[in-house]
Amino acid sequence: MKILVSVKRVIDFNVKVRVRPDGTGVETANVKMSMNPFDEIAVEEAIRLKEKGIATEVIAVSCGGAACQETLRTALALGADRAILVLTDVELQPLAVAKLLRALVQKELPQIVLLGKQAIDDDANQTGQMLAALLDWPQATFASKVDVAGATATVKREVDGGLETVEVALPAVVTTDLRLNEPRYATLPNIMKAKKKPLDTLAPEALGVDVAPRLVTVKVTEPAKRKGGGRVADVKELVAKLRNEAKILS
Amino acid sequence: MSILVIAEHDNASLKSATLHAITAARKLGDDIHVLVAGGDAGAAVAAAAAIAGVGRVLHVDADHLRQPTAENVAATTLAVVARGGYTHVLAAATSFGKNVAPRIAATLDVAQISDITGIEAPDTFVRPIYAGNAFATVRSMDPIKVITVRTTAFDAAPATGGSAVIEEIPAGPEIRTSKVTGQEFSKSERPELTSARIVVSGGRGMGSGENFRLLEALADRLNAAIGASRAAVDAGFVPNDYQVGQTGKIVAPDLYVAVGISGAIQHLAGMKDSKVIVAINKDAEAPIFQIADYGLVGDLFEIIPALTRELSA
Ligand SMILES: Cc1cc2nc3c(=O)[nH]c(=O)nc-3n(C[C@H](O)[C@H](O)[C@H](O)COP(=O)(O)OP(=O)(O)OC[C@H]3O[C@@H](n4cnc5c(N)ncnc54)[C@H](O)[C@@H]3O)c2cc1C
Ligand SMILES: Nc1ncnc2c1ncn2[C@@H]1O[C@H](COP(=O)(O)O)[C@@H](O)[C@H]1O
Repeated sequence: MKILVSVKRVIDFNVKVRVRPDGTGVETANVKMSMNPFDEIAVEEAIRLKEKGIATEVIAVSCGGAACQETLRTALALGADRAILVLTDVELQPLAVAKLLRALVQKELPQIVLLGKQAIDDDANQTGQMLAALLDWPQATFASKVDVAGATATVKREVDGGLETVEVALPAVVTTDLRLNEPRYATLPNIMKAKKKPLDTLAPEALGVDVAPRLVTVKVTEPAKRKGGGRVADVKELVAKLRNEAKILS
Repeated sequence: MSILVIAEHDNASLKSATLHAITAARKLGDDIHVLVAGGDAGAAVAAAAAIAGVGRVLHVDADHLRQPTAENVAATTLAVVARGGYTHVLAAATSFGKNVAPRIAATLDVAQISDITGIEAPDTFVRPIYAGNAFATVRSMDPIKVITVRTTAFDAAPATGGSAVIEEIPAGPEIRTSKVTGQEFSKSERPELTSARIVVSGGRGMGSGENFRLLEALADRLNAAIGASRAAVDAGFVPNDYQVGQTGKIVAPDLYVAVGISGAIQHLAGMKDSKVIVAINKDAEAPIFQIADYGLVGDLFEIIPALTRELSA
């Protein structure tokens, strides 16, 4: 079976993000970009399914500007077989990405689409669920364990109360949580090999998808600064302050 | 112009997150309907009808909604929305709401506005992005707004004082491609993490799951919930549902005590709206101290037992 895995190019999780002074967004010039960490986990899971002989081909997809090629090359170096870039400079929102992925699913006919549970830039946590709805497929979100047997995937999900197990009939959408696996690093020989793997580029129009944003960003602002940095010398002073100054403890 | 709130419940009781979503709904309008889709969920229906400000409770009773999948909750919600008249569909931004709401939005061909922390107008919302390092004000161009609500940003609606009309309505189609086959829920006598007045969280500095007993003793004294950093969960010290942060739970208690936690932005994203923050860390340079009201530098293995003793005195 084929597996489609989506990878988003985002500001690296270690970067301290700054709001642009004009309030139109955040600073992206000269900022380190990386694959969304949840998507690294998705790629890893797809490759493991191939190594187990369950998947026959892993196709990585990214939607966005030309620089997303770099992210796709990373996915190829990690073990994806080929890549598709949906090239556009329009700001993509989750519904638009879900529609692009649906169009690719209808062309490629994968049995599983793996996505991250959340992109760490927009923090939307929507795209996988939306894709499942558009395809009328079942979904297994926030996965911390995936077992595929025959036409069923059994997925442990991280939920507020603990863990939940769902069984979904394939084809299905799976989104990854942090504890699903520990992604490998790309080795130098694999990075070299990845340069020769196929990477196709398509326009949203070729897929018949209108990607125009539905949400208009009115402004982007900095969060209120928290006044911290207070110190106490010892446990006695801490408890006294919590009682008398903060009045949290009686 | 009515607002539909999808209730989160376990048939026997309503989750407190729903009360926060209802407060957000009341900022949008006066005609609030609450959908309780379940199996033998009479108790949850009664609880929903008693909430101040709720005008109507839509009760859907079906076997396939007893332990529902996202697919089935979405299908039933869509059947309710199809009756017409709703301008907004809201759910709390919990693992339940996050799982279901985007399915509804996509089927309606509308954007979803995730995790809102503010409402500026019926079509304009504030939401955190980049782990709360920025806030975006967004305007929706869609006819129906599907929204998830950050519970810490809206007070709980009063659980009593209401007397909503209860209407029985049929379920949406049953979708059989997905089923819940198991649940392993953490059992605890402690207050629930996202609604506790005091939270004590441990990080990698705790060293082991065993050592979390020190935090339990402290939490007992304070009647606190216990949370953790991602590193503590990844290391297997505590279960996943303890994780506080950008990709875990968002908490804003009166008092948050961070123990052996360095203060990565992803962790701060989940707790920096707490009223008072205490940090205990042996590294005086740890970033957590920059946002702490009361920082105490030292070895947690000495400080925590001493603190527990001092509180018992
Ligand atoms: C995609 C993504 C999502 C993430 N989501 C989250 C999230 O939701 N929540 C989250 O918490 N993290 C999250 N993280 C991880 C985050 O970046 C940090 O790695 C994590 O928060 C670190 O946890 P920690 O502070 O416990 O560990 P460390 O950073 O290792 O800090 C341990 C601290 O303990 C102190 N210490 C050690 N021993 C003692 C002692 N005896 N006494 C006192 N102090 C001691 C040390 O000085 C140190 O400051 C995420 C990361 C990524 C990439
Ligand atoms: N532009 C994109 N290109 C590829 N995948 C994406 C894109 N946007 C979102 N995704 C996928 O959808 C997941 C969830 O994103 P979001 O719904 O934006 O939080 C991400 O982890 C990706 O797997």
